Amino acid sequence: MLYFTRWKTAAIILTALIVCLFAVPNFLPESMVASWPKWAQRHVVLGLDLQGGSHILLEVDTNAVRKEQLEGTRDDVRRVLRDARIGYTGLTVRGNSVEVRIRENANPQQALTKLQELSVPLGGILGGNGGRSLNISQEAGNLIRLTVTDAALLDRVRHSVEQSIQIIERRVNELGTVEPLIQRQGTDRILVQVPGLQDPTRLKELLGKTAKLDFRMVDTNNSVEQAAQGRVPPEDDLLYGTTAPKQPYLIEKRVLVSGGELTDAQPGFDQRTSEPIVSFRFNTAGARKFAQATQENVGKPFAIVLDNEVISAPVIREPILGGSGQISGSFTVQSANDLSILLRAGALPAPLTIIEERTVGPGLGADSIAKGKISSYVGAAMVILFMLVTYGLFGLFANIAVTINVAMIFGVLSMLGATLTLPGIAGIVLTVGIAVDSNVLIYERIREEVRGGRSPINAIDAGFSRALATILDSNITTFIAAAVLFYIGTGPVRGFAVTLGIGIITTVFTAFTVTRLIVASWVRWRRPQHVPI
Amino acid sequence: MRLLRIVPDDTKFDFMRFRRISFPLSALFSILAISLYFFHGLNFGIDFKGGTLMEVREITGPADLAKMRATIAGLGLGEAQLQQFGGPSEVLIRIAEQPGGDAAQQTAVTKVKAALGDKIQYRRVEVVGPRVSGELLSYGVIGLGLAILCILVYLWFRFEWQFALGAMIANVHDLVLTIGFMSVTQIDFDLTSIAALLTILGYSLNDTVVIYDRIREMLRRYKKMPMPDLLNASVNQTLSRSVITHVTVSLALLALLLFGGQAIHSFTATMMFGVVLVGTYTSVFIAAPILIYLGVGTGRDALTSPDRN
Repeated sequence: MLYFTRWKTAAIILTALIVCLFAVPNFLPESMVASWPKWAQRHVVLGLDLQGGSHILLEVDTNAVRKEQLEGTRDDVRRVLRDARIGYTGLTVRGNSVEVRIRENANPQQALTKLQELSVPLGGILGGNGGRSLNISQEAGNLIRLTVTDAALLDRVRHSVEQSIQIIERRVNELGTVEPLIQRQGTDRILVQVPGLQDPTRLKELLGKTAKLDFRMVDTNNSVEQAAQGRVPPEDDLLYGTTAPKQPYLIEKRVLVSGGELTDAQPGFDQRTSEPIVSFRFNTAGARKFAQATQENVGKPFAIVLDNEVISAPVIREPILGGSGQISGSFTVQSANDLSILLRAGALPAPLTIIEERTVGPGLGADSIAKGKISSYVGAAMVILFMLVTYGLFGLFANIAVTINVAMIFGVLSMLGATLTLPGIAGIVLTVGIAVDSNVLIYERIREEVRGGRSPINAIDAGFSRALATILDSNITTFIAAAVLFYIGTGPVRGFAVTLGIGIITTVFTAFTVTRLIVASWVRWRRPQHVPI
Repeated sequence: MRLLRIVPDDTKFDFMRFRRISFPLSALFSILAISLYFFHGLNFGIDFKGGTLMEVREITGPADLAKMRATIAGLGLGEAQLQQFGGPSEVLIRIAEQPGGDAAQQTAVTKVKAALGDKIQYRRVEVVGPRVSGELLSYGVIGLGLAILCILVYLWFRFEWQFALGAMIANVHDLVLTIGFMSVTQIDFDLTSIAALLTILGYSLNDTVVIYDRIREMLRRYKKMPMPDLLNASVNQTLSRSVITHVTVSLALLALLLFGGQAIHSFTATMMFGVVLVGTYTSVFIAAPILIYLGVGTGRDALTSPDRN
């Protein structure tokens, strides 16, 4: 156990040294590291609990997706039956299905064949799983039921999440923060992590808005008052203004131009009133539609509707032909800025709900780092002192081994670019405990072997070989706990599992190599007559 | 320099005799802990219960807890707890989960922020919606179960099945007592508590495995020694290591407890109890003697001695 070949010695020293060197960038100023090659720049990333920031988990509103899908199907059915000139009644959405009754004089079989075309295979060009988007069945009394399949809904939700991620990325990037993380979680969730935010209110506002912008006509033929009492004409929506007192408007359901046809939106100031506005520009198709609509409706009010709220409802004074315009509506500089960010990024395909939020201010983060440092230093100092008092020279060996161990933990963390959290620091402190234990196991075993009457070198040799088996066994059990913790944990808890797991690996490594090498070199050098422990 | 010897060489404590005391005692405490869990309950944090937690600091000076409490009570947000947290200007506000789904939680945060005004610095805001909290709890419970199962399988491979079972009984006993401790102290039970429980599990097993390793070695060497004597010898031989290791771990934990701050206070307190108090006791007084009852070492002089190497 005490004999090392020359190349083995070199390999051990080299491995430990290289791993330790990876930790170096963490302790140097950033400007110095910046000129190094990319692979050498890797460093430990501080978790949101240490550097401050927001962790926000969003969920796509599955019900809204389902509703939209059903309404889309209903509109499709209407279009198909009209195009085929098939008479029908009672076209409605019921539960998860769209129902339609084919008239007596029409051919239900023909209707069924036409409607079958609406059911498309899922999975697009990649083949998919053979499922289809709709289950179509014919029931008694010429009733046709089109049910949206679960697979189709899931497909749509997945698609919504992908689109939403892109849109959120554009929105968050506008905030100008460093390294935001946006990723899918599960089927219908999106995790957004933005480090270093003082106040997440604005972030949440940007995330929470669907930003569905429509230009629609105000219905001037019907009375708003009557609608407000519950008699809303079927072709209209009753919507309200954004500022208190919220004024009701009767807005046509038909959309003149939608926000999807905007190519640009910028905040600015009105030249006459100098109040904040948002100016926008349509793409070619949008510009044409807008020009036509404004030509036909000069003198009538139209409404700019954002997420079912009326931002403003100006009267069309003259046709707007240039394809650009401006929205004014009691904005502040901030809200005009936010609205143009939202319009540029595009509308979310479905509303998102915040289901989890964890925000740590930068002040608390700095406090936690300070506390983590103090407790690590104090803990390490006490352990080092205790080991010296208990084992003397061998205690010093143990302390050297443990120091190398901790440096290696930082090295591995840097190599992986892992995240260090406050519980993660606790994990390192606890690793120090485990690392010391491996030395204790070895030394106690050596003591026993000495008492058993072995010569010093024999005792040290036997002590190592017997203790190492135990060290391996006991550390694997702790490692299993750390692995499970990593698997189930999120955020801070996962940070703890990472440092604990890495710590166990480096502990086993140092016990098997570094400690053994130190003691072996000492034995070779001093040829001890008795073991000083 | 004379070195410190906490435990003298060649101790000969009769640990096994204590099993007639330690087993009923542990059974009693376990039953107590379980009934505490059911009748007194755990103080579930927002991770598992849902709701809002805010750590705020009054910028201008010490916080007026009573006034703050009255302000928040006036918002009609249901149950709200306020407590001093760290310094005199720091307050921890807990608001119960709001009815009306995920969006309602966010509305509550906005209301509280508006009511408390701008003389307040928000050091930490955590909002957990009803669905996430349910998932986190089931993940936690599944995780604990999974860890116990994995470790059981590993020990079964490495030792005889009796050892695996003995270690399991001993360490579930640790977890039960620790949960009892959490119930008595009403420490926040959240995700970090699950981390603490898993670490306690790992540590206790670590300790148990060291003693079992020795027992296995002794079983191979002394084929005729009576079981209680053999167990006693094993525990005594590893006693010095157990004590020294626990001193170092306690030193590390003590540093975390004293200087680690409020954020990991409940975590370290739980660990201190689980690892230092219960874990050590269990390895010596439960895990080792239970092997007698599980029938380890009976019929050792036959060829079927538990020597699998």
